Amino acid sequence: MNDTAALRDLLLRMADDELIIAHRNSEWTGLGPIMEEDIAFSSIAQDKLGHSLGLYRILESLGGAEPDAVAFGRSEGEFRCCQLVEYPIGGYDFSLMRHFLHDTAELLRYEMLERSSFEPLARLATKIKGEIKYHLFHANTWIAQLGARGSEESHARMQSALNEVFPLALGIFEPSDYETELAAEGIFPGEAALRGKWLETIAVTLEKGTLILPSLDAVTPAYGGRKGYHTEHLKPLLDEMTEVFRIDPSAEW
Amino acid sequence: MPTVDDIREALRGVMDPEIPTISLVDLGVITNISISPDNVAHISMTPTFTGCPAIDYMRDDVRRRVGEMGFADVDVQIDFDVQWNSNRVTEEGRKRLLQHGLAPPAPYEGVLELEVLNNTPCPFCGSHSTVLQSPFGPTLCRSIHYCNSCRQSFEGFKPI
Repeated sequence: MNDTAALRDLLLRMADDELIIAHRNSEWTGLGPIMEEDIAFSSIAQDKLGHSLGLYRILESLGGAEPDAVAFGRSEGEFRCCQLVEYPIGGYDFSLMRHFLHDTAELLRYEMLERSSFEPLARLATKIKGEIKYHLFHANTWIAQLGARGSEESHARMQSALNEVFPLALGIFEPSDYETELAAEGIFPGEAALRGKWLETIAVTLEKGTLILPSLDAVTPAYGGRKGYHTEHLKPLLDEMTEVFRIDPSAEW
Repeated sequence: MPTVDDIREALRGVMDPEIPTISLVDLGVITNISISPDNVAHISMTPTFTGCPAIDYMRDDVRRRVGEMGFADVDVQIDFDVQWNSNRVTEEGRKRLLQHGLAPPAPYEGVLELEVLNNTPCPFCGSHSTVLQSPFGPTLCRSIHYCNSCRQSFEGFKPI
């Protein structure tokens, strides 16, 4: 039974991250700095919403409620997303940096999960990985472009965004209570292993953008989200996202 | 009694709701067809992209078309047991995409490198002198390109 609890916790963290970042990304629809970017963030949002649905469906197959009820029917404290994804979109520099740091972690996580002993997740991971490659292709291009080939101002803004987002991004890897079980069962190697790979991977792109990663010792990871402790930004997001659903939860769409 | 081949043939007449020149069979989203002894047709489908909003319409279209063939029931499942990738688009499908003005996805072996998106042949004039404008387009499965030869934008079906 413990394994199911461990699996549920892992799936819920991932699905909630996807759902909330999808909502934030969708907030660029109609506001993107150029039309291609508007379309990019909107498409990425739609992909991620699809990923969250895939994960909520697996949760349903483990005996959970149906996906809409889980996505739209829970209160803030029941969400297991990291705090990184809750923050408002801010400026484009903040959103791009979050997109880069978050999606790199995501791609690496799904690469690990492709070899998961839990087959439904392994299959979905293979599927999702191909799509996130496009997200990261987009993020990496802009990190290099605005960091190294833009202006002094664009470089300074990307560096400042990196300093701001890095501690929040470390919150992605907040350890769960089930790290040992997940690794022992071959379901997922663990947040610490993922964080190690992530640090190596982001270093390569950041160097292309001549951006400097703050020292790990100098920052405090934004933990809490995985245990249901969220920033003041999550509740207003949920209120907006669930407004129509709450009018008539049983409506057929 | 209709056979599995008859079902496949019938599904060649069911088109993608967003790209009406290509059938679901040529798009490669039909992953399995079988008929059980109780005369129920079972069709498995998989979406191109996980979040594709057209999949429910496709499922309904498949159910409707096969429903006309005289089976006791039609069961359509959407799953990821067999996963879609752009190499599943048939030769005929590639021609049909071109007909719609969409560059077909570049075939690949092994791991896909997104560099293939540069120099995608223009669906209008065939030129390879093209640039990728954005890996994201009007639907999840499309990218936007520009042709330097005939000087216009075009869309491509993304390799994945």
